[in-house]
Amino acid sequence: MTLQSLRRWNLAGGVITTLTLLGAIFWAFPLYWAVVTTFKFEQDVVREGIDWLPIRFTVEAYYNALFNTKLGLWYLNSLLTSLAITVLVLISSAAAGYAISQLNFPGRRALWWIILASFMVPIPALIINHFVLMADLGLLNTLTAVVLPQLIAPVTVMIYKQFFDSVPKDFREAALMDGASQWQLLFRLYLPMNWGITTALAIITFIGAWNNFLWPFLAITTEDKMNVTVGITQVTDAFGVKYARQLSSAVLAGLPVAVVYLLFQRRVTQAIMLTAGIKG
Amino acid sequence: MRRYDRSEMVTALVLLTPFVAIYGLLFVYPLLKMVMLSFTKSPLIGEGDWVGFANYIKLFKDRLFSVAVWNTLYFVLLSVIPSTILGLLIALGVNRLKGWTQSAVLAAFFLPYILPVSVVYRIWGWMLDAQFGILQFPIEAIFGERVPVFRTLPLFMPAVAFITIWWLVGFNVLLYIAGLRNISAEIYEAAELDGATRLQTFRRITWPLVWPITVLVATIQLILQLKIFDQLYLFGQGGRTDSVLSLVWLVYRDAFQKNQGGYGATIAVVLFALIVGVSVLQYQALRARGEK
Repeated sequence: MTLQSLRRWNLAGGVITTLTLLGAIFWAFPLYWAVVTTFKFEQDVVREGIDWLPIRFTVEAYYNALFNTKLGLWYLNSLLTSLAITVLVLISSAAAGYAISQLNFPGRRALWWIILASFMVPIPALIINHFVLMADLGLLNTLTAVVLPQLIAPVTVMIYKQFFDSVPKDFREAALMDGASQWQLLFRLYLPMNWGITTALAIITFIGAWNNFLWPFLAITTEDKMNVTVGITQVTDAFGVKYARQLSSAVLAGLPVAVVYLLFQRRVTQAIMLTAGIKG
Repeated sequence: MRRYDRSEMVTALVLLTPFVAIYGLLFVYPLLKMVMLSFTKSPLIGEGDWVGFANYIKLFKDRLFSVAVWNTLYFVLLSVIPSTILGLLIALGVNRLKGWTQSAVLAAFFLPYILPVSVVYRIWGWMLDAQFGILQFPIEAIFGERVPVFRTLPLFMPAVAFITIWWLVGFNVLLYIAGLRNISAEIYEAAELDGATRLQTFRRITWPLVWPITVLVATIQLILQLKIFDQLYLFGQGGRTDSVLSLVWLVYRDAFQKNQGGYGATIAVVLFALIVGVSVLQYQALRARGEK
């Protein structure tokens, strides 16, 4: 390679790096702009010109969102439903994944194929009949109604099965020789060997449940039972648009998942790869 | 044939019961009911007369149905292809960086993906606010006036698609980075020794080797965007919704707002068939490269 072409190579590389950095700034800017707006007074928000930082710093918007709206209640609803979904999905999926992976019973292959096929079914197509079912069960406008349809998680079963499949058979046989029961095998061997996967799946299930919009939006119509994602968009201020207040509710709604992501980046990445079908 | 062990079968039964119960009640049963409902003229809640294929025939004459199909496909076109290409470009850029710069840049591109749609809606509603949105400065500079983007019909879909790309591209970037890391450095070194240009290296090595990821990313996005509702609804609510609705939105409108459960279910069946069809194609496409 000549010196000249090497220089061109480096110049092109520099341009690409600069573009990437500019892109990252562009991508992060809306987040910055939303957060910085929440620390301004409402009258400063609508002032002429652009204030890159608050000219007068205040947490009034947050105070208002937390104490003058139902945000706290919505938060609690979101937390309860998301935790319930996470726990129930993981328990039922780990159990089913273990049975399909390690136990021999009639209909095993058929069940596996049904699970694989159900991966294709679009859940939004089922909203009408989920709604009818919840009405039949008398569950509309309850948190249970929010939880139930979100428990369908074929992907979680598939991932558990995959990982249980790859636990070496020697471990299983050694444990069986020592007289371990199937329950002990699952809880003392298979699950502990895959805690990482359980953590990753728990995080991604929680994030998914917290972020879900369509179903909680349909199942709940009373303000007191709403999730935070539905509440902040469907309940509007009677006093006209208050930008800082609206944005502070949004920031609070996004905060838990953003924090979970920043704390567990590697796990979140791993879980996303797994659900996309790439074993990471 | 292998005999089944009785105690093993009992254990399997106990372990499978929660999953199968959830699955039967909330998945198989609603699915079958949906198909049956589509052959009746029922309200959302309650019984209705069996009308055979009348709902399906009605579908073809329904102007809103063709609007919904068109809008859904238009949205898919506006979001899937750009977000796939952009995902690759960003991944190529991020992959060159090292250490904490790489982590920070990746986090900037990925963080929006983790946020709820409602938060994305609030952030961009503010960015593009017709009165005080910060993006109205460049818009005013270019067009000479402020533009209420979400109330201007030709701009609505492109704007929501753009916001969707901003929101979701991090997922594509992540998958592409995984793909790029799987390409061994030796291939690039060899290409460099042979004096290959950057463009040649990309066309002959990178592009073919990340092709499976491209197929995966594009089809995942395609299936996701065929189900578009949340963003469209949030940005469109209160406006001329009949012009901007998508298939899922039409299901919501007919079943929940117009109380026509049977007809809504018919649209849901079509959506279901469409997505299963695409998924089968995806499966074929992914398997095809596996066998190569």
